[in-house]
Amino acid sequence: MLPQVEIQIIAVIVAVACALPGTFLVLRKMSMMSDSITHTILLGIVLAFFVTHDLSSPLLIAGAALMGVVTVWLTEMLSRTRLLAEDAAIGVVFPLLFSIAIILITRYAGSVHLDTDSVLLGELAFAPFDRMIIGGTDIGAKAIYTTGILLLINLAAIIIFFKELKVATFDPMLAAVLGFSPALVHYGLMTLVSLTTVGAFQAVGSVLVVAFMIGPPVTAYLLTDNLKHMLILSGIIGAVNGILGYQAAALLDVSIAGSMAVVTGLVFLLVFVFAPHRGLISSLLRRRKQKLEFAKMTLLFHLYNHADSEEEASECGVDTIPAQLHWESAYTVKMIRFLERDGYVQLLDGLAKLTENGRNASIQNYNALFSR
Amino acid sequence: MDSVLALFSDYTFQTVALGSALLGLISGVLGSFAVLRKQSLLGDGVSHSALPGVVMAFVLLGSKNTEVLLLGALLSGLLATLLIVGVVRHTRVKFDSALALVMSVFFGLGLVLLTYVQKIPNSNQAGLKRFIFGQASTLLQRDIVLMTICGLILLALVLLFWKEFKLFTFDADFAQSLGFSPKKLNLLLSFMIVLAIIIGLQTVGVILMSAMLITPAVAARQWTNKLWVMVTLSALLGAVSGIAGTAASSLVPKLPTGPAIVVCVSLIVIVSVLFSPGRGVLHRIYQQRKNRILYRLEGGGTDAPTS
Repeated sequence: MLPQVEIQIIAVIVAVACALPGTFLVLRKMSMMSDSITHTILLGIVLAFFVTHDLSSPLLIAGAALMGVVTVWLTEMLSRTRLLAEDAAIGVVFPLLFSIAIILITRYAGSVHLDTDSVLLGELAFAPFDRMIIGGTDIGAKAIYTTGILLLINLAAIIIFFKELKVATFDPMLAAVLGFSPALVHYGLMTLVSLTTVGAFQAVGSVLVVAFMIGPPVTAYLLTDNLKHMLILSGIIGAVNGILGYQAAALLDVSIAGSMAVVTGLVFLLVFVFAPHRGLISSLLRRRKQKLEFAKMTLLFHLYNHADSEEEASECGVDTIPAQLHWESAYTVKMIRFLERDGYVQLLDGLAKLTENGRNASIQNYNALFSR
Repeated sequence: MDSVLALFSDYTFQTVALGSALLGLISGVLGSFAVLRKQSLLGDGVSHSALPGVVMAFVLLGSKNTEVLLLGALLSGLLATLLIVGVVRHTRVKFDSALALVMSVFFGLGLVLLTYVQKIPNSNQAGLKRFIFGQASTLLQRDIVLMTICGLILLALVLLFWKEFKLFTFDADFAQSLGFSPKKLNLLLSFMIVLAIIIGLQTVGVILMSAMLITPAVAARQWTNKLWVMVTLSALLGAVSGIAGTAASSLVPKLPTGPAIVVCVSLIVIVSVLFSPGRGVLHRIYQQRKNRILYRLEGGGTDAPTS
């Protein structure tokens, strides 16, 4: 297989494997926990290395994954004292663990090739050099198999425990009442997150694991309200980001992982601006429409209140409405014109008068708002 | 003892310790506001987001002067903050997700630019890396001058807008009803926090800067309920751990300064959380014991709920 193809396969696998648990992180408002874990697994790797003295030992991975769970546990313990907010707890725990890791590396592991660069920045371009050889035959890059197993574990866990994850995510109380412990689900998910982080960081570097874990789910979050759709959509978006990112990196000859993160950002930006219902444009349009509706209704109620009363001249004149409602003159004229077009208002001698339709509309609006 | 005395009269140590202390002081003051406004992790986000700005400034202006690089960092940190605020305001995406996304994307962009720079002939990007991991030992006198100027400006601003910041931090709605613009105050405060983060980058680096911002503030919070006491204490704790960390890293061979400072300040937090009077974990345990005994003395049953 060509190395280019292999890199893209790895990228797609990693992206999908990250997006699955990432979806739940985003929904549970724990996105920054992924950032925290990506940093602290370094300490796990260092400690496991001191035990085994072997950089290729699988114990390193176990140590790293364990440290991820320990991070979560420490953070929770700190924030459960209620002496500091949860985000502050995250911000206290991970720099400390990370600092300890750096100190250990510089002091005791200086001669070994365990540098912070390769852990934090990662390089996908080198992944195809590490081959998987069984019985003398080369059956592809090792990373394809390691990340593939990771993807399978994530898929299996999420399919099997879908119901539990769903209930515990959206309604932890209900989950507790129904008899499955939200804490167990929480730690299960966090184990998955740290396993994924450990598996992915060798390929893409730990900071960019965050981009892969959070980017696609956040993008999908703007497109759907259905958990299943969100999971599938994040997987697809992640895969597309991976492939496009690789193509861009190959074209410009820059860092592959970095370019994937940039593509993730660009795709999010596109969806953020143009998403139907939840995008920037549609939300601005909706706000404008609501503002207009509100202004129209305000004017209708105002006119209805003062129609045919003594103070009608001072309240409902085209010149007097601005002072009464604290509106600009031009805005008032515009609103009156809108209502005229709707057939709710007529102008008589500089006075705005409700038509029969306008009166009915006022009553209807009032009932719709207050008669509950 | 002699080695400590010799250390304190050493010129390099004085420079680095002064820089770290200044950094701890400034970030302690501004971190208090970040922590109280529940934006603790903004520091983490901004410091990661500064990377593309640093590289861009280097590419565009071709200079490795600290001022130039910091200006780039400042601009891209601000841009990231505005993006995060914009995404949160206009969509249902929560602050933490927006932060994680923007931060990692900006950092990725920084990596892309960094690899791009490496291909430009005659460009030595060696100085850029220190912004990622930070190297306090490379602090120069002029860096200290720069930090002092920025620090004085920031402190002056905090004093000038003390009333506004206090009101805005604790009750933004009330502030708005009194006629202060929360949008402008938020922007000003975020700008100041970003500036504080940026000037700390080259001392402790991207990853540990967030700790410098929030850890002294979290520790100070445990000892008081008054804002000005908290801010002063936080500045003090920041400065002390800056000096202590630098001293530790000078006395112990192969102990990097940034992480040493972070470990110092984290120890202070642990002590504060455990021992702070009237609030800490130990006090709470003691109180519970006492209540339980009092309850029994009053004749309560042991099977009744006790906490």
